[in-house]
Amino acid sequence: MEKPILELENLRIRYGGASSEAVRGVSFTLGRERLGIVGESGSGKSTVGRALLRLLPGATITADTLRFGEQDLLTLSEKEMLKVRGRRMSMILQDPKFSLNPIRRVGDQVAETYLRHFKCSKAESRDKALIMLEAVKIRDPKRVYDQYPHEISGGMGQRVMIAMMLLADPDLVIADEPTSALDVTVRLQVLNILDGLVRDRGIGLIMISHDLNLVRNFCDRVLIMYAGRVVETLAARDLDKAEHPYTRGLLAAQPRIGGGRAPLAVLDRQPEWLEEKA
Amino acid sequence: MSHRRIRFYGAAGQIGTIAVTLLGLLLLTFFIGRLMPADPVRAIIGEDATRETYEQVYRSLGLDRPLWEQFFYYLRDVFTGNFGTSIRTGQPVIQDILHVMPATIELATFAILIGAGLGVPLGVFAAVNKDRWPDHVVRVFSLFGHSMPIFWTGMIALIVFYAHFGLVGGSGRMDQFYIGLVDERTGFLLIDSLIAGEMDVFWSAVNHIILPATLLGYSSSAYITRMTRSFMLDQLGQEYVTTARVKGLSRNQTIWQHAFINIRVQLVTIIALAYGSLLEGAVLIETVFAWPGFGQYLTNNLITGDMNAVMTCVLIVGVIFIGLNLLSDVLYRIFDPRTR
Repeated sequence: MEKPILELENLRIRYGGASSEAVRGVSFTLGRERLGIVGESGSGKSTVGRALLRLLPGATITADTLRFGEQDLLTLSEKEMLKVRGRRMSMILQDPKFSLNPIRRVGDQVAETYLRHFKCSKAESRDKALIMLEAVKIRDPKRVYDQYPHEISGGMGQRVMIAMMLLADPDLVIADEPTSALDVTVRLQVLNILDGLVRDRGIGLIMISHDLNLVRNFCDRVLIMYAGRVVETLAARDLDKAEHPYTRGLLAAQPRIGGGRAPLAVLDRQPEWLEEKA
Repeated sequence: MSHRRIRFYGAAGQIGTIAVTLLGLLLLTFFIGRLMPADPVRAIIGEDATRETYEQVYRSLGLDRPLWEQFFYYLRDVFTGNFGTSIRTGQPVIQDILHVMPATIELATFAILIGAGLGVPLGVFAAVNKDRWPDHVVRVFSLFGHSMPIFWTGMIALIVFYAHFGLVGGSGRMDQFYIGLVDERTGFLLIDSLIAGEMDVFWSAVNHIILPATLLGYSSSAYITRMTRSFMLDQLGQEYVTTARVKGLSRNQTIWQHAFINIRVQLVTIIALAYGSLLEGAVLIETVFAWPGFGQYLTNNLITGDMNAVMTCVLIVGVIFIGLNLLSDVLYRIFDPRTR
């Protein structure tokens, strides 16, 4: 097996002043694959994503191993982190309505990633951004480049976001609920674009989501998180064979088209889930 | 509808709004003039005049006419630039105001430069260190500036920096010795002395303006600091700030190149409003420092019941604020694409 991009062992995160840890001993490795992290709100899935980029002000991050490529993310200085963020690891945020700067042209915001990491002229970064906008299937990149975030649709905004985050050709992209804010009709479109780019470029992808079906279709492997722990890891195609009662409960709570009109199962949380090891 | 047409309607609407506001302002000043407890006739003829003289002056001022007619005449006068004569000084009001305004503009401009130069960085500094000790220090510092009565700080500062240490000039716009040495061309002493090439006068004027301007600036910086802090906190809590960090921008780059850029219009607006209230005249500091400015002029006129002068002063203050609001509207249109 090729060398993993990301290895983490026993990752623990505690927010400043909090009495308990938000993430309690998460371990996994990631190759050039697509890993889904699924869990409900507050399960710590987004916290893991932001901890990898070391963007959790005031939180304490500890781990036995936190290796990204050749580098130990725990000991990197902030200055070195600046060369990691955006360049080697980036993150697609949830809602383009808020994650784009409202008073800057979207193209300039995309180009900024390139300008930040490569020595080049403004014009060069503009060209790079235009190529990338085309790669995310924006039909008229030159026109869109000069538009402002409020002038483009949510689906378009998220494509701009993808362009921005993939422009510097990173090794790992974390997609934090990339389609939750989008209309159902454009979700699939955006995901297909992301999926295509990630496969073509051999980028490792961590897809954080609460949508089991989405993860099933777009990931190779799935991590199920509950209360700051990984309760189960399994291949996406084996999701139906999940053994952990929490995962089973989540699956049972999914409505099915044409599946009768009986009330859906309600999760019956067991206190021992909080403690048992995955 | 085409963009150009929208913009045209925007501008037309703006002009309409200004016209209505201006009319309202004129109505207000007119009624202030009518409702002032001072009797304009008595102010002119004095207490001992006969009843016939009183009646005669009363009629010559048009006070026997119906109110709407008087308002109409007032409008006509204002639009022909006739603001009447000051009873107190016997000169046309407009001439008096042109004489005192430069002193105030000079002081207010210095003060706002100091106030913004102090308040904006402090506000940003406080915001990025929210709830940590720098934030608290800044809060106390600006609270002091806001709550200490300026006539008191003025006197203390005069005692300390002028009387005791002799670091700065005392009251007035320049040392006694230099008064009348420079021709009054623009009324702005700093400019006039430069035109005349009188560097001694120039430095004397700088020496005199520095203390009152610093005090005024400090007190208005309190407001600017608080507003800058809250604008910045608002922006720093936005998700696009995280995006910038994810892209690899440093904390400082994110703060200055993204968050700060996004608050510039709001900043200009509040600084302009602070500048407006400084132009309105800082009566207290002008009194303490014997600064012959607009604030003192307005106050004296109020005390003596000089109707024409008061009405004109109020009108000018109103026009200044209409102008500043217009400026901030225009800036929003230029800098914030969402308002276009």
